[in-house]
Amino acid sequence: MTTEKDKEHKVGVYVCHCGSNIAGVVDVEDVRDFAAKDLEGRGVVVSRDYKFMCSSLGQELIEKDIEELDLDRVVVAACSPHLHEKTFRNACSKGGLNPYLCELVSIREQVSWVTTDKGQATEKAKAMVSGGVERVLQNDPLEPLSVPIHPATLVVGGGIAGIQAALEIADSGFPVIMVEREPSIGGHMAQFDKTFPTLDCAACILTPKMVDVGGHQNITMHTWSEVVRVDGYVGNFTVTIKKKPRYIDEDLCTGCGICTDKCPKKIIDEVFEAGLGYRKAVYTPFPQAVPKYPVIDYDNCIYFQKGTCKACEKFCPTEAIDFNQEDEYITIQVGNIILATGYDLFDARRVTQYGYGRLANVFTSLEFERLSNAAGPTNGEIVLRDGVTQPSSVGIIHCVGSRDRNYNNYCSVICCMQGLKFAHLVKERTGATVYNFYIDMRTAYKAYDEFYQRVLEEGTLFVRGKVAEVTDAARLPGEEGKLIIQTEDTLAGKQRRIPVDMVILSSGLEPRHDAYDVAKLFGIACSSDGWFTEKHPKLDPVATMTEGIFIAGVAQGPKDIPTSVAQGAAAAARVLGRIQQGEIELEPVRASVDQNKCSGCRICNTLCPFNAILFHEDRMVSEINPALCQGCGTCVAACPAGAISGTGFSNDQIMSQIEGLLMLNVAPVGGAV
Amino acid sequence: MKEYLYYPGCSMESNAKAYQESLTSISKPLELVLSEIADWNCCGATEYVGISLTPAYALIGRNLALAEQQSNGTKTVVAPCSACYLNLAKADYYMRERPLLEKNVNTALSAGNLHYNPGSLEIRHLLDVLMNDIGLEEIERHVVRPLSGLRVAPYLGCMVPRPDYEHRWSDPEHPIELDQLLKVLGAEVIDFPLKTHCCGGHMTQISPNTAFELIRRLISSADQYHADLMVTLCPMCQMNLDAYQTETNRHFGTNYHMPILFFTQLIGLAFGMDPKDLGVGLELTDASAALNKIGVEVPKEEPKPRRKPRKKQTGLPMPKMPGDEEAE
Repeated sequence: MTTEKDKEHKVGVYVCHCGSNIAGVVDVEDVRDFAAKDLEGRGVVVSRDYKFMCSSLGQELIEKDIEELDLDRVVVAACSPHLHEKTFRNACSKGGLNPYLCELVSIREQVSWVTTDKGQATEKAKAMVSGGVERVLQNDPLEPLSVPIHPATLVVGGGIAGIQAALEIADSGFPVIMVEREPSIGGHMAQFDKTFPTLDCAACILTPKMVDVGGHQNITMHTWSEVVRVDGYVGNFTVTIKKKPRYIDEDLCTGCGICTDKCPKKIIDEVFEAGLGYRKAVYTPFPQAVPKYPVIDYDNCIYFQKGTCKACEKFCPTEAIDFNQEDEYITIQVGNIILATGYDLFDARRVTQYGYGRLANVFTSLEFERLSNAAGPTNGEIVLRDGVTQPSSVGIIHCVGSRDRNYNNYCSVICCMQGLKFAHLVKERTGATVYNFYIDMRTAYKAYDEFYQRVLEEGTLFVRGKVAEVTDAARLPGEEGKLIIQTEDTLAGKQRRIPVDMVILSSGLEPRHDAYDVAKLFGIACSSDGWFTEKHPKLDPVATMTEGIFIAGVAQGPKDIPTSVAQGAAAAARVLGRIQQGEIELEPVRASVDQNKCSGCRICNTLCPFNAILFHEDRMVSEINPALCQGCGTCVAACPAGAISGTGFSNDQIMSQIEGLLMLNVAPVGGAV
Repeated sequence: MKEYLYYPGCSMESNAKAYQESLTSISKPLELVLSEIADWNCCGATEYVGISLTPAYALIGRNLALAEQQSNGTKTVVAPCSACYLNLAKADYYMRERPLLEKNVNTALSAGNLHYNPGSLEIRHLLDVLMNDIGLEEIERHVVRPLSGLRVAPYLGCMVPRPDYEHRWSDPEHPIELDQLLKVLGAEVIDFPLKTHCCGGHMTQISPNTAFELIRRLISSADQYHADLMVTLCPMCQMNLDAYQTETNRHFGTNYHMPILFFTQLIGLAFGMDPKDLGVGLELTDASAALNKIGVEVPKEEPKPRRKPRKKQTGLPMPKMPGDEEAE
């Protein structure tokens, strides 16, 4: 299997200790000597080990060898390519070698961290180095692809994270297109009354930003709209937006609200009022809505359902009502996309033992937000479901649907502070006795624990333990007509029954019900819980594995307002950096279709997670868009005709690597396949 | 026609005779064919499982092995008693999950030339079969005397919806199946908050005061909701709530009067059947007032012939010896 061509190569092998991360399990010196002696015949001219190859001294070793020994291939046995491939490619570049002639072999993630037996680990590391050497011999020098970046950015979701991102970019002078599914931007924050821990009025701090978005010369807003199609790639996305019909001519509407006043149809508002209040069939969700134009709710409009009414049209002073509007599809070009699509509240009906939906005076957190909101259905009066009675005792149950293996394992982050906020509001407005039932109090971050202390001092009672049940089955005197909270008090070490008038369930946050569909639309991934997956959980929290798509806010995982805002700004900063670069260099690791071999079966078309493969109907062959391809290799493996090969993972490379792994290069000749 | 293997359990022949009678009666119109597992034995009830696993599961496993042998065409075993249902299901589940237990149990069973392959049978409760195999529509089709105006508290007890190994029930805490069934029969069903709470189980024997409190909670809650009667699907729940009601009243100085009937009895009544064929009247807490609301007369119990007074013995008693009782 040795060919003349191979013999000409000069390969350098570098084995990293990674402190004790690798050297603690793998006999690094043995691997080094193996490469030097046994792989000498395969072109290895130098083999070294070093404590930290990624340090500048380690990198200089490689640079020096390339210059002095005239290396034309480099294999670094260290950590995962995810971490340091770039580092070592840069080192090769500095030494004057094409960076794609460097191969990283992961003997940390794939060997030392997952193997306990030292002997076996060392043997495996040797095999992997051997595979790496065989593979690198097949590598070709590559040049990165360069694509221009369109200066416009799409922001999906008009909650606080999306608003922040849009304003940051627009204020820097670049165009933003914002798409919001609801009639108004504002998101969940617009539903809140106060925000923890400072108790700022949510509307007071949010609405100025909403107005800024609405009036910004660089922001185009599409509310009551959804993204239905995404084509293209980083720098050049083509996005199709469906604008649902408002049945209101935005050019004529002044937002006077007469149509809403005159509309005879009243329905429960399940979205903005969380089912606790009413709205008309023609409505703006709340007075400070941006834009100010109302929407006619087709399913509930008397005219659309029964054919007569048109009260709104009769009274509209500017003739802005247009019953003939239809879905409108618009196509835009953007360079980058920020997804800030938020969350759904956990459906508390699923925890049947807490009685939500059966017991009238059990409320969800969002219901309570509306109840306590001065602009809410009760003008901020905290009352029971009958609408008049003030509660004299209130129980707030934490971790409903969170930290519970029956529902969601994760902590929803905001519920503890939210529970404290509710306790404060109830106390302040009604003087009622308030109980918080918690598993653990989680009041991390600035000024949060101080708020906890404040609520403690205000006299809110805290019971540590998971609530077993909320019931109206009175058992003891004084329980009749009350909701009884049955819980274990783990601090007192006993069972308690606490009768209250009102129960508030601090429900957790869940991914949007259609999060998977949205992720698929934009070509990104979701975690097993359904949150959008970031590129790196610590070091790259707003980027995704798909170039040009960024995420911000709760769509990425539960978080509070300050963190959502920070992520919105961070995503904007990443996008601005991209825009100012003007163009972006892409990894040249791409798949390509041999058009002569392609049978046009289209199997690869649907498998591609990045929608990178287009099909030429006229010639009946598939072609891969190199700027869109992320080099994942799915199509290469799937192609029944073997017509697709990947730069950086060609059949030659893979087969050689396998031969190397099997040590066919060091075994007696004749053992080859 | 639907055929099932049937495991009645001991209660159905004794304290829950009304359950068996009513089940037999309603089986005919619903075309439910229940073939009893031949030579079945005790299910282990609630205590035995806690003592030693292998003998306990071998005891239950024997029933499963017999059922598997008898199974022709159907692999579903129906148990009307909650404890029997749970024990059979539990044995099947744990034998599937724990290979060592399975080996031990089958070693024990092999002494009687028996063997059970875990997972080969489907263990289901009677209510599950009625709801999901027969179906509400079919049941509703037979209703000729809707239970209109009768306020009933649906009470399942603890063992049917939990732990629910096969996810057959709508919810472990507030399952709605019994409510749905009773609504189809025309009854006014209260949203009974304690529907899966404890009836006291065998605490009536071990710690009566504990049992009385648990019984009181259930009955007083149903009473607060103005239920005319409570409906159950478990022989032990029925016995505890019915037979110990007087004692519970005496213990707390209360005056509750809450008849406890089996759901099969109400199905039969709604089907227009003769209360006598449904075991109505066998309950201890008189259900006349409640059933009068739907125009049903509770059959009067025929007065039992009084026992002949024993002859007064003369002479002195002999000391008791082993074997004396058998001889008598």
